[in-house]
Amino acid sequence: MMKLLPKIRFATAWLGGCSGCHMSFLDLDERLIDLAGMIELVYSPIADIKEFPENVDVTLVEGAVANVDNLRLALEIRARSRLVVSFGDCAVTGNVPSLRNKLGVDDLLTAVYHEGPGNHPAGNEPDGVMPQLLPKVLPLHQVIAVDAFIPGCPPDTERIWAAVSALLAGEPVVLNPDMRSFG
Amino acid sequence: MTRTVTIDPVTRIEGHAKITVHLDDDGHVADARFHVVEFRGFEKFCEGRSFWEMPGITARICGICPVSHLMASAKAGDAILGVTIPPTAAKLRRLMNWAQLVQSHALSFFHLSGPDLLLGMDSDPAQRNIMGLIEKYPDVARNGIRLRRFGQKVISLLGGESIHPDWAVPGGVRTPLSDENRSVIRRLLPEALDITGLALDMLKDAFDDYRDEETMYGNFPSLFMGLVTPDGGLEHYDGLLRIVDSDGNVLESGVSPARYREVIGEAVEPWSYLKFPYYKPLALRGLNGDAAPPGFYQAGMYRVGPLARLNVCDFAGTPRADSELREFRRLAARGKLVTNSFHYHFARLIEILYCLERIAETVEDPTVTQERVRANAQVNSLVGVGVSEAPRGTLFHEYHVNEDGILQKVNLIIATGNNNLAMNRTVKQIAQFHINGHKLTEGILNRIEHGIRLYDPCLSCSTHAVGHMPMVVQLLDAQGQLIDTITRDA
Ligand code: SF4
Repeated sequence: MMKLLPKIRFATAWLGGCSGCHMSFLDLDERLIDLAGMIELVYSPIADIKEFPENVDVTLVEGAVANVDNLRLALEIRARSRLVVSFGDCAVTGNVPSLRNKLGVDDLLTAVYHEGPGNHPAGNEPDGVMPQLLPKVLPLHQVIAVDAFIPGCPPDTERIWAAVSALLAGEPVVLNPDMRSFG
Repeated sequence: MTRTVTIDPVTRIEGHAKITVHLDDDGHVADARFHVVEFRGFEKFCEGRSFWEMPGITARICGICPVSHLMASAKAGDAILGVTIPPTAAKLRRLMNWAQLVQSHALSFFHLSGPDLLLGMDSDPAQRNIMGLIEKYPDVARNGIRLRRFGQKVISLLGGESIHPDWAVPGGVRTPLSDENRSVIRRLLPEALDITGLALDMLKDAFDDYRDEETMYGNFPSLFMGLVTPDGGLEHYDGLLRIVDSDGNVLESGVSPARYREVIGEAVEPWSYLKFPYYKPLALRGLNGDAAPPGFYQAGMYRVGPLARLNVCDFAGTPRADSELREFRRLAARGKLVTNSFHYHFARLIEILYCLERIAETVEDPTVTQERVRANAQVNSLVGVGVSEAPRGTLFHEYHVNEDGILQKVNLIIATGNNNLAMNRTVKQIAQFHINGHKLTEGILNRIEHGIRLYDPCLSCSTHAVGHMPMVVQLLDAQGQLIDTITRDA
């Protein structure tokens, strides 16, 4: 009798990004159906578990670290995942979200919400609901240790498949040189 | 003592948000709020860059609807150049825009809301996602995946990539459609049409199971806004802004999109990064310049997106979509509009059908493969406004440049933002219906979230607008008492 392997506990998360990396993941299309046989999706923005669970095997993280919620989630992910993958240019370099780094948080909020006085979200003070913005947007590996990188904006499905197949097979992620470009 | 229940994060939507429900001593819902907690300050850092770069940069606002930003940005660029783009380029842009509506609506219906509709609002949260759907209903899940794939495929056949294609540019598009790629689209169409027909049947069958949802998932009067063709048909790429009320009265029959500031204002609240756009004439009516009372802008609440577009148009313009539209209209009393946000799902499927029919029509157009697809010009106007209908509603890009095309100012109103007031009203309505006095369950919280999923919000998109719009700011003290209201005009 064939012995069924236990499913890999798999998670995806998004921090400060545009969701494009997740959309590229969904572009795996019918390969998702194969994947469903191999993994248990234990946490993801496209699923409903609200707390990042314990004992996760692999987590793909899209997006840069932009506010304290992102920071907290990144630390939880590191503490509870065996392997963490920096997924897409925003996670790998800070990419588009980090373009705000040359501007101060206060100036930015004032410019975006109004030039006069008023009550937009405080941005850099905790109020219990709205997360404080970090003074600078950071790539993931500046906040937590990362085990593999998948660059691209977004990484195309072939890169994702190459990396995910390696991870599921318990092998190191080695992308071909043409799969290591940004943009 | 009052108590606050927080849903954090709201899942199966695009972007970062929380919902808080405020309960009074008796466990009744006093208020409920939808908080958008992300902020990237996009438009501010675009200042100083060239408008030529904007389609590529603004596409990165959102990975679900990059094409909408591409379209609105390229159209704002066309206006700065002062050109009429070649007819083939316009047809190709429309083609890509329809393809995006198909993929984004399929994602919303199958991948994001499908788990609620098919597995059940109270089903096991560990399974209530696309993977769970694949296990329980593999055929339905496969159909959803394939329908979304159709849209993504057409986008990549035109633009080279399915996400963030670098294709539409000020003046037109970079590459024409090859004969070969046209045949690929033709070949893929029948399956996409079949799947859409099945999805429509499935949703109608499900109506019986969702009687409650039909009556109170965002069921209230409001205004509706969307683009229409000059003769009043359904439109997604160009056209005029129409605004109607739920009794079917037309408040604005056809505003040129470049004049959008005359009809839309934006309010700000300290508990969300998402602004609250409102229809100015109605919100300001009767004030005669007096200080505006708190929350006055609520009166200008309007909805956008699939439900609104089907409500504002006189007809769709393709045979199958028009026949579905007749059925959709029967959901409301004669002459009234469909005011129930639960029917965003139905409207979304009708729009998929419409887009597929339009794509089928357009690929048969003998001129669609012509090679003249780009007009060349320099800066001829220092202001450009580009508007399109994104999957979630009307999207505005407004650019101010100098003679060299360097951006001095950028204003965006993003589709989802337009629905902010309605989304807040919806979560409160659902919370009141389900919670009042009852014990809170995970399923109830999921229902409240479903209220947000109806609007299929795209929050990465929504929190970047620079406020040079007319705006109202209310100053409240710690007890929430209004101290002052400041109104600033454009
Ligand atoms: S890397 Fe690109 S596609 Fe991925 S989240 Fe960032 S901007 Fe979006």
